[in-house]
Order: sequence, then C-alpha cells, then structure tokens
Amino acid sequence: MPIRLCRIDDRLIHGQVVLGWARALGIGDIVLVDDEVAASAWEQDLYRMAVPPELQVEFVNTEQARRRLPEWQASPMAVLILTGKIETMARLLADVPHPPAVNLGGIHHRDGRTERLPYVYLTDEELAELQRLKSAGVEVTAEDVPGAGAVSLEGLA
Amino acid sequence: MSEPLRGVVVCHGGLSSALVAAVEQISGPTDRLVPVSNTDCDRGHLEARIAAAIAGAPAVVFVDMPSGSCLFAALHRLRDEPDVKVVTGVNLAMLIDFVFHSDDGPAEAAARAVATGEQAIRIP
Repeated sequence: MPIRLCRIDDRLIHGQVVLGWARALGIGDIVLVDDEVAASAWEQDLYRMAVPPELQVEFVNTEQARRRLPEWQASPMAVLILTGKIETMARLLADVPHPPAVNLGGIHHRDGRTERLPYVYLTDEELAELQRLKSAGVEVTAEDVPGAGAVSLEGLA
Repeated sequence: MSEPLRGVVVCHGGLSSALVAAVEQISGPTDRLVPVSNTDCDRGHLEARIAAAIAGAPAVVFVDMPSGSCLFAALHRLRDEPDVKVVTGVNLAMLIDFVFHSDDGPAEAAARAVATGEQAIRIP
C-alpha cells in the first residue's frame, strides 16, 4: 500500500492528524520525521499519548527517513508521514522517484510569514521552496482537515 | 502575602474564553483564571502564550484534551516548573470549584480539580 499522506504540520501529532486524516484514510502507521523529537524519548512518550493503540507510530530523523522511504512506499499498512518543517519534507523527498503528494496542514504565524490561508502562513522563501518541490514533480496542496477542499499551491502565491 | 494560585485554561478555538466567561457568570468576575487559545499559532507560540499567562506565579494549567497540541505545549514548557501542575479534561465544575478555593497549593488544587471534575460526570 502506498504512502497515503505526506503532511507538513508544525503541531506534529494532534487531533487533526489522528482523528481527522488517519481515520479518513485508514492509516495504520504514522511516521513522525523530526530530528529533535527523534532524539527525545520523553517527547516521543508525549506524542504516543495522542495516538490510539490501533495506530503504530514511529519517530525517525530525516536521514533515517530518507533511507526507509522505499520501505514505507511498499508497506502493507497505509502510512502517513508527518514533518513540522517545510525544509524537512523537501530534504526527505529530494530526488525520490515517484514522490508522494504533500499536504500543507498547519504552518502557523511567525515573523516574516504572511497569511496564505487561515492555517498556512509562509515567507516568500518558503513558498519558493514549495514551488521547487512542485517543479520536481511533487503535487503540493493545502487542506487542514479531510473534506475541507484542497487548495493548490498557485492559490497560496 | 504569597501570590494567589492562578488557573490558566488552555483549549482549542474559543473554548477557554467561553469556559472562563461561564465561570464568571456563576461566580462573578475573577482574575484567577486566564484563558489561552491555540488558534493561529504553532507550538512555540502556544508555549509563549501559556508562559505569559502564568507570568511566573504558582499555577494550575487546565487543558481540554488528554493529548494533543495544547497538552503538549503545556508540558513541553512547564515540566520542570515545580509550582505549576497540569490537569487535562477541563470542565466547568472543576473551574468553579477552583475559584472558590484560593488557599490550595498547585498540587493540592490539581488533585482537587481532578476529583471535582470526575464527580461532575455522571448519568443522572
């Protein structure tokens, strides 16, 4: 079964991911790709509290994720890959054949960012990074919860 | 005189402001409860909002869900703060009880809130 969702969400594992997308897509395995969380056992314990027992959750750093991407692409379980940062997702999918689509789920306000959607704020550099991903063959859309309607990258410019 | 125990209510959307307003409708105006919303912010900004609401005072942080972004932000910022306790599953009954018991310390108030909140959940 392919990777069903690659999501960028700076709140990482939370209700929209576990109750929204995981249920809607029949996800069996959530992979959180975050160098900081991958190095922190207590943060992993906190995030596990948000995941129901029927869901598997893995914590990996970016390099581990790059090596294991083919494994998840061929997984018998539906996989949701989650990053908190655009740059992490871009590094993960760089040069990957047949890259999965990317969902912008929550990138919130920070100095230098401007509102593109109520749940997506981007600097011009971040928008350019996403446009480079798209030019490399990655479909990029924004949608916070299932059924809300996907917004194309052009709609965020 | 020691600083009064503060209650910081951290919830999704507009729930925290609504809960504090409902408490004040019953108890009268109080400065012991401070609402914090997770709307439009990432975890770092939510942590900053929570820290600003606590303002260095002894506090109980009331969180709506037993997991998720509000709880995570609270624990990430406050896990090493001995004068701050976190309680999940906030409800109106525990907040009303909290404002009427101002002499408790953080640990005592947190335990009391859990007991009061659980007692309020029943099939009458």
